Amino acid sequence: MRAIAQKDPAVESPLADQRVSQADYASVSRRVRLAPPRYRNPIGKFSVHRDSNCIACGKCVEICPNEVHVRPAGYRLPLRPLDYRCIGPDCAKTDRYCVAVCPKGSLSVGVNPSFETLGDCRWTPDLLAGTWFMAETGRPAPAFLESETGDSGGGFDKLRFRFPDSAPKDLRREDISTRLLLNRRKNDPRAKVTIDVPWYGGGMSFGSTNLRALIAKARVAKAWNSFSCTGEGGYPDRFIPYADHMITQVATGLFGVREETIARARLVEFKYAQGAKPGLGGHLLGDKNTPDVAAMREAVVGTSLFSPFPFHSVYSIEDHKKHLDWIAHVNPGALLSAKVSTPNDVEMVAVGVYCAGAHIVHLDGSYGGTGAAPNVAKKNIAMPIEYAINGVHQFLVDEGVRDEITVIASGGIRTPWDVAKAIALGADGVVIGTAELVALDCIRCSRCESGRGCPRGIATTDPELLEMLTIEWSTQRLVNLYSAWREILVDILHRLGLDSVSALRGRTDLLMHLDYENGEE
Amino acid sequence: MPAKYHIDTKRIPPRFRPVGKLGIVDWREDCAGCHNCVKRGCVYGFFRDEADALREEVGYLDYVYQCKGCLNCVQNCTKGILSRVVNPEYRRLGDAYYTPDIVLSTWFQAETGGIPVSGAGYGGPFSGPAFDSMWTDMSEIVRPTRDGIHGREYINTSVDIGRKPSHVVLENGRPKETPPLIENPVPLIFDIIPERFQRGAVFAAVTQAASAMGVLAVARARDIPPASRVDPNVPPGISVGAEEPHGPAIARDVLVPFLADPKTDVEALCPGASIVMVADGEGVGAVRDSLKKANPDRLVAIRMSASPRSAQRALELTRQGAEVIHLVFDAHGREEAASKPRHARDVLRDVHGALVKAGIRDQVTVVASGGIALPEHMAKAIICGADLIAVDLPLVVALECRLCGGCERDETCPVCLEETDPGAAAQRIVNLIGAWRNQLLEMLGAMGIREVRRLRGETGRCMFFEDLERATFGKMFGKRKEEYGA
Repeated sequence: MRAIAQKDPAVESPLADQRVSQADYASVSRRVRLAPPRYRNPIGKFSVHRDSNCIACGKCVEICPNEVHVRPAGYRLPLRPLDYRCIGPDCAKTDRYCVAVCPKGSLSVGVNPSFETLGDCRWTPDLLAGTWFMAETGRPAPAFLESETGDSGGGFDKLRFRFPDSAPKDLRREDISTRLLLNRRKNDPRAKVTIDVPWYGGGMSFGSTNLRALIAKARVAKAWNSFSCTGEGGYPDRFIPYADHMITQVATGLFGVREETIARARLVEFKYAQGAKPGLGGHLLGDKNTPDVAAMREAVVGTSLFSPFPFHSVYSIEDHKKHLDWIAHVNPGALLSAKVSTPNDVEMVAVGVYCAGAHIVHLDGSYGGTGAAPNVAKKNIAMPIEYAINGVHQFLVDEGVRDEITVIASGGIRTPWDVAKAIALGADGVVIGTAELVALDCIRCSRCESGRGCPRGIATTDPELLEMLTIEWSTQRLVNLYSAWREILVDILHRLGLDSVSALRGRTDLLMHLDYENGEE
Repeated sequence: MPAKYHIDTKRIPPRFRPVGKLGIVDWREDCAGCHNCVKRGCVYGFFRDEADALREEVGYLDYVYQCKGCLNCVQNCTKGILSRVVNPEYRRLGDAYYTPDIVLSTWFQAETGGIPVSGAGYGGPFSGPAFDSMWTDMSEIVRPTRDGIHGREYINTSVDIGRKPSHVVLENGRPKETPPLIENPVPLIFDIIPERFQRGAVFAAVTQAASAMGVLAVARARDIPPASRVDPNVPPGISVGAEEPHGPAIARDVLVPFLADPKTDVEALCPGASIVMVADGEGVGAVRDSLKKANPDRLVAIRMSASPRSAQRALELTRQGAEVIHLVFDAHGREEAASKPRHARDVLRDVHGALVKAGIRDQVTVVASGGIALPEHMAKAIICGADLIAVDLPLVVALECRLCGGCERDETCPVCLEETDPGAAAQRIVNLIGAWRNQLLEMLGAMGIREVRRLRGETGRCMFFEDLERATFGKMFGKRKEEYGA
């Protein structure tokens, strides 16, 4: 690959990025503000072409309800159509169709060829575009995008809710609670931590992901009273203002884990396995191991860093308890979570995690994201999360301990619909990761692992590529996404006639499956 | 410490420019000719490389570094004249089973010997037919060794081919019989390469690759030139560019001659061959006996098409003393049946189960071939009950074949298979198998299994789609609209 001159990392260190002042840290708000795409040509489902016959009459600007045609004040000509906002040829059924009103016939609307090449079965082009829309506007995605399900042909994509014909009249949307209690243990002296939405941000390590994206994740966690997670790359000082909303992860490499990082966390997570590479260790490419990353991980610059699998100090659940005791000794107030993958005996693992004293068992299914993993592992090892959630839920119920532990699911949660389905299957809440990155304009090209990392500036530590994101924009995109997700989740609960997200847990009777006889066509 | 088995890989670039998946097209008439052209800013330098390659022949454009589809240029172009498209040639690669993705991934492995790695999550379907409806298990805490990734070299991938008696019978204080056993270092042998691909040095390359790795290679007796024609001074193994007056060197030490005529002179073809193969049929018992009589230390494998009768037939043959049964499925892994042919996944479980039930499983080695397109198919076929698999088409795909079917129609081969250099071709096959073995190690490591022999029939270390569906959604929603696998 062509070598591109890189700036001196010591001068252009991401840690030296001071564009967000300390004062701004405290003022993260949930306010939805427009956060337009950061590329000049956003990818939309349709393309709108205006040819040279245009006489700049402005009729299209006047008529389009979606602001595809824009003419800024003082301009004679309209801008090139913002076609990612276009709802497509179906617009012809309305009386606001630009093609129909153009006196010169210079407008045409068609399918955008690039759009069709986006995504995959799980993240369809529509899901990607829907997520981008939510991140831009803070509103649910428009109807012309199928933003409820993907096209994977099973699991969440085949599950649907059975909505009653009408929602109860006395249930108001503003009374519906989406709060999630994380500490369910009775007689536990630790804080009864709750978060305002039933999801929190997944661990992405400093080293794998742009620090600006990580800070944006922390900021949205603060804004929405939720959590983000350090991943296993250490705890950069710039996370400290968000310490109340940052989970310290302890993973097998123990990179950057120090007593002070454990001491400042309200929640500490042990990562035993990761759904995207179950049974395998982590691998940070040498190219991504820049001086800052190496300093944080106490490693040599430019070397590949491996996290072994599994914990070398854990042979049994009793050993796991030893781990938890260690954390409790350092920080008696911290809640404890164990992140595990989804093997055959995941139910037993979950009960073991409970018995060892953890507050949260976090199940990470096999379709989750990662910086780099062998394709053979991503496709074949461990079961999809949809199966694991219900198996664990039922087992914990049968063991009589379900109400003493919080079950969190992750690995393939793409939409608020997936959140609701996971909870209906038996989880208390979920962890999201890829959806947040998609909000930052990830197109899932899967190149996070190559050389300098993500060409879109998200999963990279390359000083030049880091510049593609700003903290403000990233934060706003995530704030908007969270806002849209909550709105949709509340709407689902309202239609189901449930007054809280906790009332949805385990309500498999509210679900149907299109492949089963109880499911409609 | 004993030497560890290792497959040496070495980068061998393809002879033809490989087919990439994504490309960028532009409509030049709208180009503003601006000075900040996005093509210059490509993160991967793709456009620059392409221009260089067009200007002067600098070899091929590595498809891995071809357009990676990051969309930066498409989304940043001043006039928005660029679009990303899927290469139509890519869509035409392979077929419904050997998908374009599989072909491309096989090429990548054959070139580099590396295992395909990517970021982000898995983007494929929830599950699929055949082997895609199985997930292998993982263990949260058990690992073959406690050394993380560095423990992989302790995982054994050897399998034994032959009969393993359930107990030792002593005679005068010595074992009465010690049946011949061949150790194959990978649970994989090479199967007969379909005749249409056997052009130029292809056959020689396959045998040389097998020899370099110490794995067996099945070949039709009629395809093997008599040993007397070959210069005995040329050692078997990889010899780059070695061309004898009568063709490239064939490594005979690993050949398993498949005898159409049991009277074939094996010694003339493969001196000292430790195993031969015969077709199943009515008089196969007698044929086997006569071959064993001629040389009791030589294994006789019986090759049969997989069918609904396979389990029954395997029982009969094993009881008659068969040592090795080679079950042949079609190219898509299906049995031969008039209606609703089952996939190898189910046939192998059937055969394995029947043999276990009869208490004679270890007396026979079961080889499965056909439809083994990916390394996970090897692991999954073994989980379903095969001792090892035999691989055919992926070996040809490693030599850049696109499975276009042109050779069946007597058309010119787009990658000129007949012009393959035997040394380079052999190394590409070695690279592919090296990568497959590494992926098998990943799967075994995740399962916490330390040797592949213990994986055979170990369905407890995997999860079947229909079982998980029944246990989860079946309980909630009752009956499925369509039967599993329908």
